[in-house]
Amino acid sequence: MRILVGQGSCGNAAGANKVFDVLVSAFLENDIKAELLSTGCIGACYLEPIVEIIADNGDKCTYVRVTAEDAAQIVEKHIVGGNIIPELLMPDEDVKALESQTKIALRNCGIINPENIDEYIANGGYLAAKKSITELSQDEVIKIIEISGLRGRGGAGFPTYFKWNAAKNSPGAIKYMVCNADEGDPGAFMDRAVLEGDPHSVLEGMLIGGYSMGATEGIIYVRAEYPLAIWRLEIAIEQAREKGYLGQNIFGTNYSFDIRIKAGAGAFVCGEETALIASLEGERGMPRLRPPYPAVKGYWGRPTNINNVETFANVPWIVANGGEAFAAMGAVSSKGTKVFALTGKIKKGGLVEIPMGYTLREIIFDIGGGIKEDREFKAVQMGGPSGGCIPKSLIDTPVTYEDIPATGAIVGSGGMVVMDDTTCMVDMARFFLDFTEKESCGKCSYCRVGTKRMLEILNRIVNGDGRDGDIELLEELADKISAGSLCALGQTAPNPVRTTLRHFRNEYEDHIHNKKCTAKSCRALLTYSIDEEMCKYCTLCLRACPSGAITGAARELHVIDQEKCIACGRCFTACKFDAVLVE
Amino acid sequence: MSCERGCTGEMRYDYTELDKTLAYYGGTDGSLITVLQKAQDIYGYLPREVIEYISAGLKLKSAKVYGVATFYTQFRFNPVGKYLILLCMGTACHVNGAKTIEEAIIEELGISDGETTEDGLFTLSNVACLGCCSLSPVMMINQDTYGTLTADKVKEILDGLRAAA
Ligand SMILES: Cc1cc2nc3c(=O)[nH]c(=O)nc-3n(C[C@H](O)[C@H](O)[C@H](O)COP(=O)(O)O)c2cc1C
Ligand code: FES
Repeated sequence: MRILVGQGSCGNAAGANKVFDVLVSAFLENDIKAELLSTGCIGACYLEPIVEIIADNGDKCTYVRVTAEDAAQIVEKHIVGGNIIPELLMPDEDVKALESQTKIALRNCGIINPENIDEYIANGGYLAAKKSITELSQDEVIKIIEISGLRGRGGAGFPTYFKWNAAKNSPGAIKYMVCNADEGDPGAFMDRAVLEGDPHSVLEGMLIGGYSMGATEGIIYVRAEYPLAIWRLEIAIEQAREKGYLGQNIFGTNYSFDIRIKAGAGAFVCGEETALIASLEGERGMPRLRPPYPAVKGYWGRPTNINNVETFANVPWIVANGGEAFAAMGAVSSKGTKVFALTGKIKKGGLVEIPMGYTLREIIFDIGGGIKEDREFKAVQMGGPSGGCIPKSLIDTPVTYEDIPATGAIVGSGGMVVMDDTTCMVDMARFFLDFTEKESCGKCSYCRVGTKRMLEILNRIVNGDGRDGDIELLEELADKISAGSLCALGQTAPNPVRTTLRHFRNEYEDHIHNKKCTAKSCRALLTYSIDEEMCKYCTLCLRACPSGAITGAARELHVIDQEKCIACGRCFTACKFDAVLVE
Repeated sequence: MSCERGCTGEMRYDYTELDKTLAYYGGTDGSLITVLQKAQDIYGYLPREVIEYISAGLKLKSAKVYGVATFYTQFRFNPVGKYLILLCMGTACHVNGAKTIEEAIIEELGISDGETTEDGLFTLSNVACLGCCSLSPVMMINQDTYGTLTADKVKEILDGLRAAA
């Protein structure tokens, strides 16, 4: 019997480490002979903590939302007693939603123990690297990637084979293969799941790519906020070295390649490849003009190739199964599968991996289960600070590298933040500008000062001080910032404003001219009052009010003093009788 | 060397660990960020004297070391509390009410982003995305992540830590 506990960062945050501890002590106490392992995330984050029991005959039981008490029960009834506990099992519809996915980048996540290389090997691991290095030429490997149609998963969607080829043709005895694990888009965690759940797939992908371009060293740049990912990568690298998959004369050939980790220090712009290189060199992470591209002049001025975590995780599968198999999935020019991180106001938040070309509706409603509390779907944000908000009217847009940009957003790295009717689109634009304004490295004036000016205008609008001409000013700034910035951070920083202006212009106008926020989210524009008919004089709101703005007493009508009210909304949440009105 | 706070340049810090780090990385180009990270691990933050010590050790101008250290949000120049609260202000957390959580922390501890409580127990630091977006709103205290927060839950967690301290 094998017992798996999903212990990605998300699982642990939901309490998986407590569950694991209960299982360990119960196993010791009852002298149970079963294999207990901690594994990565299977993507169903909304069902964490998850405990999977696989019987010797292969039968599988998946228990979800397991508490410490449930864990004790599972030991007693299932593991010792042999009886399944139906009420804790994963519901059928969730099983179906999981089974409807096609897992390539996430093929091992939640299935193997990421801290044990033998499990990765038992699932065919390192065979693709062996085949590449011992049987194929560098060009043959690149050809397979070309046939697969794999495009970079880090945001720009650039064909992977092309970069590898350029790096290979670039002269130099020392070349570098870099993995971009900076995952800066706030609201996306695909790369974290891969690194925590299947680090060897990334190492193997780097090894294959490294061989094809003739790299001598690999470096993984991981953001410091991912301590568990760094820990598991360290273990994986050590184990791969012991097996001889990294180091000198790999698979008995004369190819040598080793990988090391570099922890980032918290700067979004370091996800940009030239800034990343500067950071690797110990400098301030500031981008520089391209060309020369890293393939020609990268880390320490030498040929360097940079790919995203998920791009690498696909590579071993592609080499093992053939480029055609990957290209057979997906849409015309967006091949294969893509991992998306579904978050925000969605019922079933987590990771999904599906062939490209599914529509947003299929992803959000069929797989994601729709909107929390069955509220109204308003928009989905894709591409993070470089992307945009796609409105409900475009929900049948297929997710491909062609169709999504037509909406003004980008596929980006795969974050999908779902919003309902309580999300204010002007505030969302303000949120992203606040982010880019802080993260701008300061090199280009348009980016440094321009984002600040845009943020000031947006702050003004959400605070009820919007003026005539603000929208036009935003539009003008947006164009100038895009034109006057050196890297994609500045060039795309205005996108969240552009797309919300394009699809939700009426909300801007409402804020500016009518001083109204239809989503009821911008506090400065809200007034709270108490409905005399509905009020039951219970004093709940009165006690919840932090500013003493509500007068009244038990069995006496409650009244909100508008002068004192700070529109924090606590009375609204406290009232059990829908008597607090918000305008 | 004296600084504006009037310290006389006496060695107030124990440099044994840092010396090992400097010896290990001193010869490798481009290791300034790694050295700063190790130094922060040792002292909890980067005191002025330590930065000067590193620049001398790596033979770099201290302006250069400051330039790099201030560029990255990970580096701190003031001591932090026993519990470092990393509060997520990422997109998913924003949409799911991170603002309310921030208010609850401010109300409970009386500190805002970047500040430390007077008793030296808690430091609040706002960050963008901890990668647990499907459990948003999220915060991380030292190495533990807490998800699906509400104002009440935050108070409970902070009370618990305060009692344990
Ligand atoms: C501001 C900015 C941030 C970026 N952040 C990331 C990131 O966190 N992870 C990533 O893989 N790519 C990021 N990129 C894209 C990289 O520059 C680069 O295109 C990518 O790593 C290439 O890998 P790929 O071809 O496999 O996608 C970012 C780009 C910009 C402009
Ligand atoms: S947005 Fe808060 S954890 Fe990702």
